[in-house]
Amino acid sequence: MGFLDIRNVTKAYGQVEVLHRVDIAVEEGEFLVLVGPSGCGKSTLLNMIAGLEGISAGEIAIKGRVVNGVHPSKRNIAMVFQSYALYPNMTVGQNMTFGLEMHGVPKAERDRALADVAKLLQIDHLLDRKPGQLSGGQRQRVAMGRALVRNPDVFLFDEPLSNLDAKLRVDMRTEIKKLHQKLKTTIVYVTHDQIEAMTLSTRIAVMNKGFVQQLGTPKEIYDTPANLFVATFMGSPAMNIIPARVKLVDGVPHAALTDADGAPRLLRFSQANLAAWDGRDILLGIRPEAITDPEGADRKSGNIQPLANRVTVTEPAGSDTFVTMTLGGRDAIARMRADAAVSAGQIYEFAVNMEKAVAFDPATEGRIAP
Amino acid sequence: MAAVTQDTAVSMGRIARVFIYLLLLLFALFYLLPLYVMGINSVKPLAEITGGNMMALPQVWTLDPWRSAWSTAQIGVEPTGLKPYFLNSILMVVPAVAISTIVGALNGYVLTKWRFRGDTWVFGLMLFSCFIPFQIVLIPMAMVLGKLGLAGTVPGLVLVHVVYGIGFTTLYFRNYYAAFPTELVRAAQIDGAGFFQIFWRILLPVSGPIAVVSVIWQFTNIWNDFLFGASFGGTSQPMTVALNNLVQSSTGVKEYNVHFAGAILAALPTLFVYFVAGRYFVRGLMAGSVKG
Ligand SMILES: Nc1ncnc2c1ncn2[C@@H]1O[C@H](COP(=O)(O)OP(=O)(O)OP(=O)(O)O)[C@@H](O)[C@H]1O
Ligand SMILES: [Mg+2]
Repeated sequence: MGFLDIRNVTKAYGQVEVLHRVDIAVEEGEFLVLVGPSGCGKSTLLNMIAGLEGISAGEIAIKGRVVNGVHPSKRNIAMVFQSYALYPNMTVGQNMTFGLEMHGVPKAERDRALADVAKLLQIDHLLDRKPGQLSGGQRQRVAMGRALVRNPDVFLFDEPLSNLDAKLRVDMRTEIKKLHQKLKTTIVYVTHDQIEAMTLSTRIAVMNKGFVQQLGTPKEIYDTPANLFVATFMGSPAMNIIPARVKLVDGVPHAALTDADGAPRLLRFSQANLAAWDGRDILLGIRPEAITDPEGADRKSGNIQPLANRVTVTEPAGSDTFVTMTLGGRDAIARMRADAAVSAGQIYEFAVNMEKAVAFDPATEGRIAP
Repeated sequence: MAAVTQDTAVSMGRIARVFIYLLLLLFALFYLLPLYVMGINSVKPLAEITGGNMMALPQVWTLDPWRSAWSTAQIGVEPTGLKPYFLNSILMVVPAVAISTIVGALNGYVLTKWRFRGDTWVFGLMLFSCFIPFQIVLIPMAMVLGKLGLAGTVPGLVLVHVVYGIGFTTLYFRNYYAAFPTELVRAAQIDGAGFFQIFWRILLPVSGPIAVVSVIWQFTNIWNDFLFGASFGGTSQPMTVALNNLVQSSTGVKEYNVHFAGAILAALPTLFVYFVAGRYFVRGLMAGSVKG
């Protein structure tokens, strides 16, 4: 039993079910990120934890207490909204202590809590301002401050950074992470930004169309995606998905695919149980950083396969150079060192780290587990 | 090239502006003319009006017509002046405006932030009430007032105007609150604020502009209403009905100067409200539509 238990939770609006039997146990101090494309039900799930939406079936428990039907203010949670939702007519200080006031906390105690949190977030000098007089980043801080003051069991964040510009978003991301490391609070955080999900979380729940597709640590999600959706949703540029056929050579499974000129190529699998798929079609998943120039290949890998192929486009991005090629009739992207000597049109010998390759069943779109 | 086109653009703008100002001035004069006529004729002795030019300034200035209109003129059969009726109107308009505005605000709050099954129907029906002509409800209203024992009293008139005004005030507040972010209400719920606390502490403080709209609208309508006043006023008739009785009295000479003074007296409160709150009016009407 976890600190925050989501057990078989379903949400339906009328006849339409938008969340299907979601089952997640969050441990104390965990940073769980719900990530997925727009409309997949992240906010709905978060609002159900907060008590802002009713639960159609299943139950949610916080600290072992089932909270179905418990009023939001009595669940000891705090929420940071995408729009920050600061009360426009109140000062920053009043905004932050409004919840304490409503819970009947005496003035002296409220002021003490306010001073502590304001210092922590470095917003002491803003306490007498109205939200309208703050910058986006400052509003964001105040919104977090309002949540922190309450000292809740669970923090809920709904896309808190999506209204900030790119630079500030990165700064605030780091700040949230620091805050979590310092306070060790339990957080459920919604985003559709997979980088936020990877960097912040201790565990990620990838959602699509109301289903949790995979629940795991960032590393598990990234290295061993449960299905095609997770594989392509997480990571940027996305994982290359290449149609291939399994072929045994001396009893060892290889991926047989075609290069840019239609010639057959073989890449040896590290995953032995793919031998059972001999002669059948699969989808080969290789992340861009697993296709490199030979010098840039992972030295620790026990299975680097050479692959000569024609270069379609090169895109130098400063730190890396992205190279596009055609593999199995589809575009695939390789991530090379910035100074790799490669130009469009040439035939280049790439190095493919097949230890990192995954295979998907084209019929079920699920990963073929080792 | 650029300089030339810019030059003509500027001078064109200037000509257009002069033209616009002239036109506006003309309109303003046109609209002020009746007020001017009323104003100067209310401070003239009657002889000057009947014998001379309506437009001329008075030769003898006098406030007697005002005194007469206020306290001694014949209203119907009683020589009371407009004073008691003015009081009736105030006693009617203040609670009626206050109650209808508050109820409208609460309705708007519930219809946007505490949605329930069929709420759009409720709102539709309330909206419908804005389009019901006064005349249709006269008889049923008279029956209801009779049953309640409020016929011919000020509270009766207050009730009538509140009922009739709620449709409008609800419409105003609902549209205004529809643009108010629901996340704020949710945040307040999590903070532990209840139904009325959210209304009082979160919504009301930012409702100034729309409250002004509602108050001006209700005040002018209720103050200027004649039909309900004449039908249900009984012994406590409002100002408008009394003014009519003053002007329409068929006995004796027509004291035009007194009539003018009385008419201005009747219009003063609405003028006052416009002067005090008028500039918020347009702002409030716009606010609901512009705010994201
Ligand atoms: N009141 C409602 N009635 C019917 N359907 C709703 C309602 N609220 C949300 N939905 C549907 O539920 C689904 C999930 O919505 P939700 O807001 O949770 O998505 P989300 O994952 O948060 O998306 P986003 O990233 O855009 O915020 C959507 O398909 C949405 O259309
Ligand atoms: Mg959302």
